Amino acid sequence: MSDVIVVGAGVVGAACAYYAARAGLDVTVIDRGPVAGGTTGSGEGNVLVSDKEPGPELELAVLSNRLWRSLAELGGFEFEAKGGLVVAETDDVRRQLTELAGKQDLEHTLVPATGLRDYEPHLADDLAGGVFYPQDAQVQPMLAAAALLRHGADSYGHGTLRLRLGVTVTGFIRSGDRLTGVRTSQGDVLGDAVVNAAGTWGGEVAAMAGVRLPVLPRRGFILVTEPLREPLIRHKVYTAAYVTNVASDSAGLETSAVVEGTPAGTVLIGASRERVGFDRTTSVPVLARLAEQAVALFPALRDVRAIRSYCGFRPYCPDHLPVIGADPRVRGLYHACGHEGAGIGLAPATGHLLAQLLAGRRPDLDLLPFRPDRFAEEAA
Amino acid sequence: MTYDLVVVGGGPAGVAGALTAALAGLRVALVDSGLRLGGQYFRHTQDAGQHPGHAPALDRFLRQAGALGTRAEVLLRHQVWSVSREPDGDLLVHCATRAAAVTGTAVAGAAVIGGAPTGALGERAVVLRTRRLLIATGAHDRPLPFPGWDLPGVLTAGGAQALLKGGGVPAGRRIVVSGTGPFLLPVATGLAEAGVRVLGVYEANGGLGLARHPLLALGKAGEAAGYAAALARHRVPYRTRQAVVAAHGEHEVEAVTVARLDKDWNVLSTRVVECDAVAVGYGFVPQVELGTQLGCATRPDVDGSPVLRVDATLRTTVPGVWAAGEPVGVGGWRLAELEGRLAGRAVVADARPTLVTSTTRTTRTSTATPPPGDTAVVPGVFARRHQRWRAFGEALQRAYPVQPGWQGWLRDDTLVCRCEEVPLARLREARSLGATDARSVKLLARPGMGWCQGRVCGYAVSCLAGEPQPQPPRRPIAQPVTLGALASLATPEPTADADATADATAGAAPGEPHDDHPAH
Repeated sequence: MSDVIVVGAGVVGAACAYYAARAGLDVTVIDRGPVAGGTTGSGEGNVLVSDKEPGPELELAVLSNRLWRSLAELGGFEFEAKGGLVVAETDDVRRQLTELAGKQDLEHTLVPATGLRDYEPHLADDLAGGVFYPQDAQVQPMLAAAALLRHGADSYGHGTLRLRLGVTVTGFIRSGDRLTGVRTSQGDVLGDAVVNAAGTWGGEVAAMAGVRLPVLPRRGFILVTEPLREPLIRHKVYTAAYVTNVASDSAGLETSAVVEGTPAGTVLIGASRERVGFDRTTSVPVLARLAEQAVALFPALRDVRAIRSYCGFRPYCPDHLPVIGADPRVRGLYHACGHEGAGIGLAPATGHLLAQLLAGRRPDLDLLPFRPDRFAEEAA
Repeated sequence: MTYDLVVVGGGPAGVAGALTAALAGLRVALVDSGLRLGGQYFRHTQDAGQHPGHAPALDRFLRQAGALGTRAEVLLRHQVWSVSREPDGDLLVHCATRAAAVTGTAVAGAAVIGGAPTGALGERAVVLRTRRLLIATGAHDRPLPFPGWDLPGVLTAGGAQALLKGGGVPAGRRIVVSGTGPFLLPVATGLAEAGVRVLGVYEANGGLGLARHPLLALGKAGEAAGYAAALARHRVPYRTRQAVVAAHGEHEVEAVTVARLDKDWNVLSTRVVECDAVAVGYGFVPQVELGTQLGCATRPDVDGSPVLRVDATLRTTVPGVWAAGEPVGVGGWRLAELEGRLAGRAVVADARPTLVTSTTRTTRTSTATPPPGDTAVVPGVFARRHQRWRAFGEALQRAYPVQPGWQGWLRDDTLVCRCEEVPLARLREARSLGATDARSVKLLARPGMGWCQGRVCGYAVSCLAGEPQPQPPRRPIAQPVTLGALASLATPEPTADADATADATAGAAPGEPHDDHPAH
């Protein structure tokens, strides 16, 4: 019998489990696959504040950014506080970026066209300028998820955090109108509260509890280059189009350049967004556009070889906000999913706030904008 | 324009398949990454064709290759990195090449969408549009890791053979050959005949498994006896239940530890043998990623390796896609060539249904019982030969399995993945962190993320991750491709006609907006 059952061993589930264990709760984490086998294992590891409009998601991102820095001190995963450089192709876009930066209330530096190469010596020479955000960072998300689970299990008493991998949740156990556990492919697991941290599959888990949660997949591809001997790219570099694409509602293909180096020497190139269901078929036109945009930003990448690509499915909700909090429709059910492309960055704040809620404390941030039943209202 | 058939792979299967289809009048292109046709088995030097009679099998292959060159477009030094399906059902074969554009062949330039070379490497993208695809991509060597296997001087058996066949270069002066399977014999013999001192051939299995197989009567016995005689002539000892379990040296191999093994390959005793090169081979890994890119179903081969599922006509589970040779099951060059011909006939039947009017009865070809196909295109004589050779290939694999004891040869610091320098200890750490299969081990510890994309270490990682058998590969980029060549596909030139595309390399690339940037 656990206090909390977390469904999903991705980075969000791992953060929920870690903070719940830290709050003194007994936690069981269940995943049908391995640790970080879903969207967590298919991302770039973005910990971004720069790409958010002022509002509840930005507040979440700022809190999360602070929490990531203290989690990084636990060790066990790469966290690079490298900063992000948003570049504008035209003066018009540069003015929009400047305006956004003015509203965000974040630490930033406006970079004129002539100053771009002080940040990134290999940038193309026809760019109009940009904004540098020192708080943007990158984390190795799979190791981070694994490390959070490991620290949660090791630090807060024997048996506090248990991991059940390769175990599929098949339904819920109820007592009256309250959830008291989950049914799984390997027997029942009892618990006082169930946290749905199933990411892109969060809608399916919610449906098993009889509630609607509109979380849908938004596919993205990433290109990975051969390891470079000398680092070519210092920061997380992306074009302004990324900001508008993130917030877009289009089902069609959208791409924007997001380019960065990794400690392994490879360069990661994103980002694409498409709503095509769970189709994993590689799209050569998408890869070609990602390459084209990356080469346009960094001409020196032209002779660098792509050696692999992968795709993943961002869990997105119609209003592009995650779902965090207790579900008023089913007692004992909590949600922590639907973070779209920002799940890595937002995971610690999500886990921290949910653990406060589970422990009966008042969360540091107002969770109202993230409430699970907001979509029903919209539909009505 | 669109090809009737594109064949990927210029070994015996690919050449036979392409020639069969071209002789029937189909518009065919064959793509291979090598400098010359031949693949691994018929790899040869430039002047090999000038000494007819020396090697009858090679002569025969070269005649086929020569005939193919006049009837089909042969694109050498082209690496296929992706195959994709167009909305209209055609397939696009994406290649990267540094070769100049082909001119003057039978169907020069037809259906080729080629970009201009980009960047200092001069690599350009070439895209072939086709109605049908034959995957004849062969297999690559399967090494097993052991302490010291990352030292210079340790080669795969196929690598040592390729050095000899491709350039006449011996891998060393005093070499040890180790592993399992009959492939070790021609490698050792070839080295000995090139003047290398082969200090021993160490076969980890019992070695007698095959001799007991009745199919030896098919003629392989003569071949085996020939190798045995050659080894005896060069005084090369052949030892069974022994293997190289460690290599030693400061900067390169100076010695190896040879162990006597029990039947599960646990070490019984060891001794040190001084040498300057080691060739190791533990069977083969079929290259199936172009098939899995298109969604072709796989089945586990006798040894568990994923191979493409095909019917009696070598058709995969995806319409318009055939496969022949090792990608449908390891079986050697004779079987590969036969399957290439059968696939070629099936492709012809598909393209020109009226040409083939055989009424032969349905025949099943493999113990793996592939889905029934249109077997009318496979005459009985071919079908029976195919069945015999396929059964022989499977018997070979059964006689020379990889036994689990090799995992005991490793130490905590033994590199399992050489590209990313991942030692065994990090794989174990990944499993303790919550990795439950090879993919999650890779995500947490990086084995298989490097240059070779797990081709070298994939089998070992799968075993060490506790998988019952390796999963089909997910390699959306089958071969490295420069970002410049890839980017050129984002703004393709219009599909040119046959005359115009032949000189696609010539200068002007209107679709290239970034040529003014210097390459670094």
